[in-house]
Amino acid sequence: MTQRKIQSESKRKPLADKIFKIGATIAGVYVLAIIVLMVFQLFSESYPIWQESGFEFIVKTDWNAVEGRESFGVLPYIFGTLVTAALAMVIGVPLSIGIAMFVSDAPAKIGNPLGFVVELLAAVPSVIYGLWGLFVFRVYFRDWIEKPLNDAFGDSIWLFSGTPFGLDIITASVILAIMIIPTVSAVSREVMKAVPQQQKEAAYMLGATKWEMFKLAIFPYSKTGLIGASILGLGRAVGETMAVTMLIGNATGASAIPSSLFKPSQTMSSIIANEFVEASPASLHLPALIGVGLVLLLIAICINIVAHLLVTRMLKIKEGAINN
Amino acid sequence: MTAMTEGSTIDMTPVIDSVSSSTIVEKKYKMIAENVTVLYGGIPAVKNVSMKFPEKTVTALIGPSGCGKTTFLRCLNRMHDMTKNAKVEGKVMIDDIDLYSKDIDPIYHRRKVGMVFQKPNPFPTMSIHDNVTSGLRLNGVRDKKILDEIVEDSLKMAYLWDEVKHDLHKPALELSGGQQQRLCIARALAIQPEVLLMDEPASALDPIATQKIEETITELKKDYTIIIVTHNMQQAVRISDYTGFLYLGELIEFRETKKLFTDPKNELTAKYVQGRFG
Amino acid sequence: MSTVQQRRQQYRALFKQNVERRLLIDKIVRIIVFACVIMAIIPFGSILVEVFKNGAAAISIEFLTQIPGAAGTGEGGIGPAIQGTLIIIGLASLIGVPIGVLSGIFLSEYGDNTLARSVRFFNDVFMEFPSIVLGIFAFLVIVLVLGHFSVWAGAFALSLIMFPIVARTTEESLKMVPVSYREAGMALGLKKWIVTLRIVVSAAKSGMITGILLSISRIGGETAPLIMTILGSSQFFSNFDVPMDALPLRIWRLSLLPYDSAQLQGWGAALVLIIIILGINLAVRYFFMNKRRKYKLFGYAINGSR
Repeated sequence: MTQRKIQSESKRKPLADKIFKIGATIAGVYVLAIIVLMVFQLFSESYPIWQESGFEFIVKTDWNAVEGRESFGVLPYIFGTLVTAALAMVIGVPLSIGIAMFVSDAPAKIGNPLGFVVELLAAVPSVIYGLWGLFVFRVYFRDWIEKPLNDAFGDSIWLFSGTPFGLDIITASVILAIMIIPTVSAVSREVMKAVPQQQKEAAYMLGATKWEMFKLAIFPYSKTGLIGASILGLGRAVGETMAVTMLIGNATGASAIPSSLFKPSQTMSSIIANEFVEASPASLHLPALIGVGLVLLLIAICINIVAHLLVTRMLKIKEGAINN
Repeated sequence: MTAMTEGSTIDMTPVIDSVSSSTIVEKKYKMIAENVTVLYGGIPAVKNVSMKFPEKTVTALIGPSGCGKTTFLRCLNRMHDMTKNAKVEGKVMIDDIDLYSKDIDPIYHRRKVGMVFQKPNPFPTMSIHDNVTSGLRLNGVRDKKILDEIVEDSLKMAYLWDEVKHDLHKPALELSGGQQQRLCIARALAIQPEVLLMDEPASALDPIATQKIEETITELKKDYTIIIVTHNMQQAVRISDYTGFLYLGELIEFRETKKLFTDPKNELTAKYVQGRFG
Repeated sequence: MSTVQQRRQQYRALFKQNVERRLLIDKIVRIIVFACVIMAIIPFGSILVEVFKNGAAAISIEFLTQIPGAAGTGEGGIGPAIQGTLIIIGLASLIGVPIGVLSGIFLSEYGDNTLARSVRFFNDVFMEFPSIVLGIFAFLVIVLVLGHFSVWAGAFALSLIMFPIVARTTEESLKMVPVSYREAGMALGLKKWIVTLRIVVSAAKSGMITGILLSISRIGGETAPLIMTILGSSQFFSNFDVPMDALPLRIWRLSLLPYDSAQLQGWGAALVLIIIILGINLAVRYFFMNKRRKYKLFGYAINGSR
């Protein structure tokens, strides 16, 4: 009799525990529900534009909100997002890796405060980067870099043609580069620090200089992780809104595809920021903007999944090497 | 200087045989360490150690854990340059040139000294062939024929050639532990050093691999000066000509191996080799 | 001379006398790398200097407490914006933190199954959603439905940014608590929910608070999702169903005006915002990260207000 009583007691889970588990599970599943709801809402509210233009919405370059002549295409903004992000990577990733090299190899007294300062850069809100970019950086950049380049090469190299005002695709890209440095350099630093001491010792034993030690022991080992860090930076650049909006010059339609670095442009996030509140829900304008949001979301997700896979692969290689 | 142990005083004055013993006419020293002291953040790990290493011999450094033998070994090719808090004082002469003099950059002379570490550490992203040539490429050797020649030469000397010759471009990590360690020996030999430093090279290996390594060392002795740190006293007896016993960062006794083990002059040495502490 | 020695000499002769060149290259690389560091420090230094220098000129009691004046007059202040930022952060936290914490508990304590694995994966994916898209979503489900811009929409949008971060940091913190704590609690006969809340969460407090504070600092600087949710306003907060102002929004709107006085006010608002945000960050790092360096990872994974 006692045996049965014990058995039945252990099977009975306390009600409070059950409720707690259900509550926690609901909280966990919340994110799944939100994602599903979000994708559904974005698609259904932008449906009018898909109905109207179909796949063409992605490749058109029009952007006309005038009633009766409405025509929208997201291509110029895809271009703007990808080009600013790519330029930001080209400028920002080498800088970040250089910083990571310095910080990972420096003695802790210098390395830690320095790394900390770079990480604080990440805490500065985008709108303040935009403000600083607009009233400080743009002036110097225009006068010290854009104007001289334009004077010297404006006629010969198409990249530097046009009249530089400072609110253009290159200024936005440079600020974006500064903004991704904290992320990319912090992850790169961790990746480089993960290289086992024995590898570095082997390189030194062979008589390598410090740079050669990086080439022999650190870079081959951490290559995948560094690529992952860069793509994390790319992801951040693609999602960036305010600083870019304030510096990119607000062009629309076909003219948003710049003919030189000194011409204004527009990204997917900046067109939304600029026009969303003014767009009339009755017209196609708002669905078009929501459609832009959907495209932006899909691109951001793809980039992030790739970054995820790369970083996970690198961790697997590291474990494999250690277990040998 | 004395030390108190078990109520009795032990004389810790270093006992160093001058190597101009009757059997050898003139002994050339490949490496001489003079008054080497190593401080980690101000705390001495190696205190005022002096040793002379005759050429083409194997010298074993023994002592209990933490006695400073590895720390001392790493002074001999300036490995402590890469340790943040370490400070090294004293002189290390190789062929009459002081490695620690301010006039020269250690890179010139690290080529003369190769090192093999406790755990095999081949470069994981490289093949067997590329691991061996890694030091050569640093020195500007590019000719494929020459590189292949040196690879074969080094792998043969490390007793690894026969086992890997059929597939030199296999990733280094696919070798067994013992093979990887011999690969590391080959890698060190490839830069044509004259001295080999080995830090417990067989401690991470199984007995068969250990035996192979010891055979390799005995063969290499004919052309290289070898200094090997080991915690295995039988190994020291098997392969070394001279042995230095360190304790708490100080050199206690340095003599011909046979003499140190059969008739230790210092009481501390005697206790250690008898296994009374370790 | 033995054959080995002969060969050794032969091969040695092939070594190029390139050590000087190698040392030179090494030196050049060191200079380049140091230059990279300087190039990162300069913008940061400049931002801080400019914000403090220009912003300080704008700060006054009136500036901090009054509503904005007519555009271009330089009168009035950013009172509603400061109030709005505090309100929106508070409301967003009320929504986002409990969900995040519970979700983190789910992942850590009940997390050994396929559902939890997919939750974890999608949580990470969701963290990377562009915040302006989250703003659109909040617009669609709240503003469109209720028919007007409102504080609820803004708080909801910000909570969407918060909760994945809090979930992640909570999970990591809970996982660091040794299993023995839970076992001890169970052995005492306590129910699982009590063990979790009173024992495990207590032990993980530091990490959890770190994560929460960092996520607050993150949303404090967010602008994009507020554009189409709370819209912005020149009045102090009245109720949750109408538009409201917030510091990042006000800074942006001020920057669009062509007046010098507006620019000055923008710097002032930026100064207030940066003090709040850097203040939270520094406090977190000083109080929590010094003692437990394991939480170092939270910082760069989280930051980046868009």
